[in-house]
Amino acid sequence: MDFLTIIQLLDSTIRSATPLLLACLAGLYSERSGIFDIGLEGKMLAAAFFSAAVAYMTGSAWMGLGAGIAASMVLSLIHGVASINFRGNQLISGVAINFLAAGMTVLIAQDWFAQGGRTPSLMSGGRFEPITLPFADALAGVPFLGPIYAELISGHSILVYIAFAMVPLTWWDLFRTRFGLRLRAVGENPESVDTAGVSVIRLRYAAVIICGVLCGIAGAYLATGLQANFTKDMTANRGFIALAALIFAKWRPWYALYACLLFGFLFAIETRFQNIELLGFTLPVQFVQALPYILTVVILAGFVGKAIPPRAGGEPYVKER
Amino acid sequence: MSAPAIELRGISKAFGPVQANKDISIAVQPGTIHGIIGENGAGKSTLMSILYGFYKADAGEIFIKGQPTQIPDSQAAIAAGIGMVFQHFKLVQNFTVLENVILGVEDGAMLRPSLAKARKALTQIAAEYDLHVDPDAVIETLSVGHQQRVEILKALYRQADILILDEPTGVLTPAEADQLFRILARLKEEGKTIILITHKLREIMEITDTVSVMRRGQMTATVKTSETNPEELAELMVGRKVLLRVEKAPSNPGAAVLEVENLRVVDSFGVERLRGVSLHVRQGEILGIAGVAGNGQSELLEVLGGMRSGEGRIRVNGEEIDLTGKHSDGQSRRKRGIAHVPEDRQEEGLIMEYMAWENVAFGYHHDPKYQKNALFMDNAAIRADTAAKMEKFDVRPPNPRLKARNFSGGNQQKIVVAREIERDPDILLIGQPTRGVDIGAIEFIHEQIIALRDSGKAILLVSVELDEIMSLSDRIAVMFDGKIMGERLPSETDERELGLLMAGISGEPEGSVAEAVAEQMRKKEEREAEQHG
Repeated sequence: MDFLTIIQLLDSTIRSATPLLLACLAGLYSERSGIFDIGLEGKMLAAAFFSAAVAYMTGSAWMGLGAGIAASMVLSLIHGVASINFRGNQLISGVAINFLAAGMTVLIAQDWFAQGGRTPSLMSGGRFEPITLPFADALAGVPFLGPIYAELISGHSILVYIAFAMVPLTWWDLFRTRFGLRLRAVGENPESVDTAGVSVIRLRYAAVIICGVLCGIAGAYLATGLQANFTKDMTANRGFIALAALIFAKWRPWYALYACLLFGFLFAIETRFQNIELLGFTLPVQFVQALPYILTVVILAGFVGKAIPPRAGGEPYVKER
Repeated sequence: MSAPAIELRGISKAFGPVQANKDISIAVQPGTIHGIIGENGAGKSTLMSILYGFYKADAGEIFIKGQPTQIPDSQAAIAAGIGMVFQHFKLVQNFTVLENVILGVEDGAMLRPSLAKARKALTQIAAEYDLHVDPDAVIETLSVGHQQRVEILKALYRQADILILDEPTGVLTPAEADQLFRILARLKEEGKTIILITHKLREIMEITDTVSVMRRGQMTATVKTSETNPEELAELMVGRKVLLRVEKAPSNPGAAVLEVENLRVVDSFGVERLRGVSLHVRQGEILGIAGVAGNGQSELLEVLGGMRSGEGRIRVNGEEIDLTGKHSDGQSRRKRGIAHVPEDRQEEGLIMEYMAWENVAFGYHHDPKYQKNALFMDNAAIRADTAAKMEKFDVRPPNPRLKARNFSGGNQQKIVVAREIERDPDILLIGQPTRGVDIGAIEFIHEQIIALRDSGKAILLVSVELDEIMSLSDRIAVMFDGKIMGERLPSETDERELGLLMAGISGEPEGSVAEAVAEQMRKKEEREAEQHG
């Protein structure tokens, strides 16, 4: 494997990791506040569809992004109302959102565009184009560091940079601000927050809304950055993989980055290689394709250390008598 | 006299048809410790929740330092200078002390300046009130007593002048409770007003200046502590004369019924919970096991009751019983004459969603008199039997078809005790017989235990309430860290000696008691951490 192949593989890793990372951080905010969210998948899917559709109709990727975020937020708020106000079962609400998104997107797409549940391909302007960072071309010739900068770091869409910037931002937010302190507290022991005179409901809504925004960006990236249209079930279970990454990361932002890069890397291998020769054995393509999902199962089965979720996670808050 | 720190006038609160607080008026003088005593469900907690803004009163007024004050939420209570230390601490377990202290009263959106300010303030408070806690310690690593101090620090950091403590000693060892009382006395000296809610008469007599008694949602009396006595308070609480001292004749022990030799138990994490326990209980005597919760008493009961495996030897009436394998379960134990009233009646003693008669049949459902024929049980017979037991044990309401959940704590306990005692066992294991049970029922249950002893049965009593151990037991064994620290006769020991044994100290410690206690706790925790796989 030569140097350039490795660079390309890593470049592909970053692109595959981006939607996972956004969804993972979305889940992080929600779950840190005590609201479990298995509806990440559905929110991404809805955002992917509406961003592609609006970007196609307006010709603006930014309008598409806005529509994607709005769609994801509506679903987020449904989840919020069900689990915060009505103290419903958060798993059931999440499952419902996933079903709703899977069905509605295809139905509306067929109604609007009549292309078998997909949206028409986006022209330039409707997509988030790669950004060439300053001096990327000039530096491309520099040995070793040149290609790393020009190929790996430069040349992604703005959403990729937003996603990676969200990691330190989330860390700072969680561990250095008042909001973060309260958010972590409400996921661990909402009573402590309530008795301190802070509204549990408002905090949890704030978390759910942030979750909606990030899922919206993730979905928009899928349809208007990574691809150039919406296709049926295009999220391909990324929402669930993001949840696995979140558990793997023990609900911490930097670990979330590493976990998502690992999954991204597996996706990159899957798209790049067909059969892999390893120590004289040939791994069949099906196995390579299954790798990210196998890892998900392994993580969820708890083989990778003990992950302690936020203690109040999944429990609706009821003031005690 | 200055204006009362807090005055309530005509406070009423109903939940549906239940009148939790009825026309309550009370005035608490500044710089005093005011006790509020009452049985479970008397309305103490509701009243305090109204004061702390959790509930809105249906009627009535609150005055703070003479000013009429509205308390719609906790924020308003904090602003009015009220601090609350709840029975179940409201701390974030994986936060540091500092983070818990500033939660909700941060200065500005960034944490750093708030943390620095709180660190300084805590140093000052520590010096002023003799309240020391490491500000960087994570809550879950602190002992319960220290966690409670953090709650007090939280209130003081919020500039509370009035401190309300709800059943503060329920979770503390006697030594920790003494320390708490010293802190409270110190706070009082510094001019703070303290409201102490408890159901323990001893605490009221020990530390309060004034005491108010609540019964069935009403304030029945407010008296100076120096002008009353426990008997009078108990009568005011219950509404009738109550025997506080257990009346019992000297025991007349016979042959050993239960013999335990070198019993060991390792839990699922690999931590030794029982480390070679040996004891015996004879006919017609009560052996009381004293100890702070979590020192192996629960495991001892579980092994004896067949709920857990162990190593060692246990003999009942001279015959060995299996400690592992298929003949080591509750059913086999019952056949050998062991009856068991488990420590947690709601988890282990009863099925809360089942009716009283179904619960009474549990464990004894193979009893031939409960069978109609080879296939069916005789439910009518079980219900009749249950009704008789309920009658005899004064369970209210005496309705066998009522779900266990719908009885009060005391009546639930009476159902369990009736089920076990009425089987005429050779030995009764009874854990925390009166936890969460009101005074009237405590008296009754104690009488039943004594009556069983007097009929020549052996009784193994486990309780974290030292008073209960002292008044019921004929012999007392103290457990610490999975071992029996020593055995004493109630007539030849006192609370101080037992308290020290409960902390793992035999004999008089050299140097300060507090340090010796802390040292033993540290050793115990280190051992557990080391063995934890």
